[in-house]
Amino acid sequence: MNNIRIIPRLDIKGPNLVKGIHLEGLRVLGKPEDFARFYYENGADELIYVDVVASLFGRNSLHDIIARTAKDIFIPLTVGGGLRTVEDIKAVLRAGADKVSLNTAAIHNPQIIKEASQKFGSSTIVISIEAIRQKDGSYLAFTDNGREHTGIDVLSWAKRVEELGAGEILLTSVDREGTGLGFDVDLTKMISEAISIPLIVHGGAGRLEHISEIATAGQADAIAIAGAFHYDFILKNKYVESNSNEGNFEFLKSEKTFSKITPFSIEKSKEYLISKKIKTRI
Amino acid sequence: MQLPNILIIDYNLGNIFSVQNACKYNGTNTIVSNDKKDIESADAIILPGVGAFGDAMANMRKLDLIEPIKDFIHSKKPFMGVCLGMQLLFTESEEFGNHKGLDIIKGQIKKFPTSGSSNNKIKVPQVGWNKLINDKNTQWMNSPLSSINNDSFMYFVHSYFACPEDESVVLSKTVYEDISYCSSVLKENIFATQFHPEKSAETGLNIYANWLNNIHKK
Repeated sequence: MNNIRIIPRLDIKGPNLVKGIHLEGLRVLGKPEDFARFYYENGADELIYVDVVASLFGRNSLHDIIARTAKDIFIPLTVGGGLRTVEDIKAVLRAGADKVSLNTAAIHNPQIIKEASQKFGSSTIVISIEAIRQKDGSYLAFTDNGREHTGIDVLSWAKRVEELGAGEILLTSVDREGTGLGFDVDLTKMISEAISIPLIVHGGAGRLEHISEIATAGQADAIAIAGAFHYDFILKNKYVESNSNEGNFEFLKSEKTFSKITPFSIEKSKEYLISKKIKTRI
Repeated sequence: MQLPNILIIDYNLGNIFSVQNACKYNGTNTIVSNDKKDIESADAIILPGVGAFGDAMANMRKLDLIEPIKDFIHSKKPFMGVCLGMQLLFTESEEFGNHKGLDIIKGQIKKFPTSGSSNNKIKVPQVGWNKLINDKNTQWMNSPLSSINNDSFMYFVHSYFACPEDESVVLSKTVYEDISYCSSVLKENIFATQFHPEKSAETGLNIYANWLNNIHKK
């Protein structure tokens, strides 16, 4: 097994870091660059930014935040959300991103995977798959934060994006996202066994046990975590600050966390993996 | 004293921004250019690169950069290659058919196999943090790795790896699955890394600092 990567995922709406449940019901947590800086200094292996509303409105508001982040953060930064064309990808890379993640654009036009991976290198192109479990046990891919049904089977789509030149897959279980109930191990294992490119798994981290389980039983190569890290940051820093008055702040003021998520730090997650004999960078 | 003229070659493939940022972090301003006149007048050059070997050579050929880069390296001025910028220094690559490289370091660029010796699946590309191994002990002291500890973690993203004919140019090794390969080279004025020091947090920034300090001393 290779070194498991621990990747804080920051969902961004306008100028703010937000967090929801099942990718919905977004609450403002603060300035993304403050969280990014803290995660960088505390041992994050990479960072993922997702502009969660860009797909809905067809806008790209991330460039300033990317530039501010990349200036003093020297680990890989993946950026996604609302990137539709090769030109959009180029603009985000020019702003300082190292990789891009595509979902809606790839579903609507799979050839963009081929085109972009040839132009920017496979390793720059991450395909984001939002999976929702069906009654028959299969999984279907969704877009726009789990809102839009595509009818595409997740397993065959994962194999297809690899063939088209994707460098990595970011797999989100929409069912588990924000719940703290643990990752979807069945889904992750099924996809990891079917592909030869690295798999980043997201959605459901609520306790330390969940991350060792997904690395071993799930065969994930990298683990993206949002809520558990964000709440840890907020508690440690007594943090209440944001970039504007846009959005729902009641959650931040209430000092609550979601009951199923026990906040933990990047450091704790890595110590835990090492204690379970799982390799990771410390 | 006039500041040294440090050039990052932009041949439309690669992570120019982060390389430039890593230099800036270390107090060094750089020039980004694909003009051969700038190559001729540079005091030191960084060749970055992300993407396909064949495309990179084709772009450099189109921009008429191949001979100027070779001439620069032969002038013995400091030259640093990063990722694809290291691979391009070699004789040839098997990436998507066979492609000739700059042939400054003899050897081939080969693809990681997708299964290992015990039939284990190997994920390709290798994406993530892996260790630099110093298996010769003394060599790092006189290189940009001088302040770096053995087994330090660096960030790697690659499907292909370099196989130098002359083992003495190998500065560090790295083990991916069960494959031990050359992860950096040092040959006279050439220092090149398969990993991305500009994406390897504080340790990686120290490598840039060491390389840049050596230029400022000259």
